[in-house]
Amino acid sequence: MTEFLPQNQIDSFKAKAAAIAHPHEMIVDLLRAIQLHHGWVPDDGVLLTAATLGVLPIEVEEVATFYDKIFRREVGKRVIHVCDSICCWATGAEMITEHLKKALGIGLGETTTDGIFTLLPTCCLGACGDAPAMMIGFTTHGLLTTEKIDDILQKERAAVAAEIFA
Amino acid sequence: MNAYTQVLFKNRRSNETVLLPEYEKSGGYQGLRAAMKMTPAEVCELIKGSGLRGRGGAGFPTGIKWSFFPADQPGDKYLVCNGDEMEPGTYKDRQLLLADPHQLIEGMAIASYALQTQIGYIFLRYAYEDCFQRVERAIEEAVEVGYLGKNILGSGFDVELHVHGSAGRYILGEETSQLNGLEGRRPNPRSKPPFPAQRGLFGRPTNVNNVETLATVPHILTHGTAWFQNLALNPESAGTKLFGLSGHLNRPECFELPLGITLREVVEDFGGGVRGGKKFKACLPGGASTPYLTADHLDVMMDFNPLEEVESRLGTAGVTVFDEDTCMVAVTRNLNQFFARESCGWCTPCRDGLATISWLLDRIEFGQATNDDLAMLKDQVKNIKGRSFCALAEGAMGPVEALLRLFEDEIKDHIRKGCCPFASN
Repeated sequence: MTEFLPQNQIDSFKAKAAAIAHPHEMIVDLLRAIQLHHGWVPDDGVLLTAATLGVLPIEVEEVATFYDKIFRREVGKRVIHVCDSICCWATGAEMITEHLKKALGIGLGETTTDGIFTLLPTCCLGACGDAPAMMIGFTTHGLLTTEKIDDILQKERAAVAAEIFA
Repeated sequence: MNAYTQVLFKNRRSNETVLLPEYEKSGGYQGLRAAMKMTPAEVCELIKGSGLRGRGGAGFPTGIKWSFFPADQPGDKYLVCNGDEMEPGTYKDRQLLLADPHQLIEGMAIASYALQTQIGYIFLRYAYEDCFQRVERAIEEAVEVGYLGKNILGSGFDVELHVHGSAGRYILGEETSQLNGLEGRRPNPRSKPPFPAQRGLFGRPTNVNNVETLATVPHILTHGTAWFQNLALNPESAGTKLFGLSGHLNRPECFELPLGITLREVVEDFGGGVRGGKKFKACLPGGASTPYLTADHLDVMMDFNPLEEVESRLGTAGVTVFDEDTCMVAVTRNLNQFFARESCGWCTPCRDGLATISWLLDRIEFGQATNDDLAMLKDQVKNIKGRSFCALAEGAMGPVEALLRLFEDEIKDHIRKGCCPFASN
């Protein structure tokens, strides 16, 4: 059976939910924890969240589908959020996005065939002074150039390979 | 290079975060000590008298907001720090939290006391995981020495702070949407009234302030209202402000500058002028929803009232500059795409109106528009303004209206030529 979250984390969420007056407030925390562990949140992840917190699955689903950083569909091991908001747009985001598409051989919203990268557009990342910018995982990369992107992609590919063989 | 008095950024060094001992050495937590010697109502009065206005975009006077809060009401009450910071062009709160996060913790402890709230939440956007870690560490440090927790500074008053990491979407910056987000409900905005001060988080009185606003509070307690007012260059205003510069500037960095500084000084002296030796064409003075300023406005004071007098707003003071080769239709199209995508879909003027505006701006930008489209654009703006459920669509109309007011010739040029006149640049 697929493990969406280690049992000790589930137990700890369950204990916290039982101790507080409003267990719903932990829905986003638990969805984020599942995504961190499993990469994305499948239907069973929604059901697990509901069961762990003692809330209705629909109450989890209506939260999960609202947020763009909660993935309800399978994504690659590295999700690239490329900013297309105004400061990045003014400093070359369109060119940066085209380069990413070409380098990865995919369009926006798609995942590479090797399952390593998913490319998504995102609104402003709060890195406007370092525009153009993108975020991979929790890491923001700014002052992007095509060379810098190639370098980042290569390092991420190597890191994923190391994780698989570890 | 920045000769102006540094308050929020006085301990800022690149790639370093100030820990508790250094914060204390620089006068940290003296504001909290001063506050605990006053009554909660006296603290509210002091903030009211300081002239501090909210730094999150709306500029509402903080002390007046606090004075509406039912601090005497028994039962649970909450303080929320809005650290969603998703207005494009805005990155000041991130700089503040990365540099010196204890200012926020101290400000929240003081606000909790002034408003008699027991529990505070710091709401941080998903992309600010770096801030999340630093804020959590600062809370741990503060709890350890008794600035937070039970019986702070031996006063008998308790303050408990939690950090909430969100998961995206601009609308969460709207305070009632944020309360739904914190509760774990679908974060569409709520109807106002009732205002959060009456019925907020979990149906209880809640006060929401921006990161920079709360971080400014300790300094007012420490140094007094006269000192705070003297920080501003505009005698009618008070305090410094974090300006996040971006766009076509030589130095797109974040600076702490006095309110009332001219746009010219911000752009030329701090931003290093427009890059590539080009001319300044326009800017967003305070984030994506603030109406454009042009070269005619370079001598306007960057401050709340002076910017309203020229039909714009200070907003978050995230200044995004565009050079002479920039197509303002294309800029507005990008901004509107952002708002249309980030609409929560709750009300028709926002969900359908912004999409229609995007369609019209596409037609203009790509040379497919006629004068009827321009008329329809004006009509759409009229029908969205004042009719949306929350401030998102209202804010989205800022740049569209400014485009019509300041750059209608540029729109007509697109229509006449059947293409974007800037396309070759």
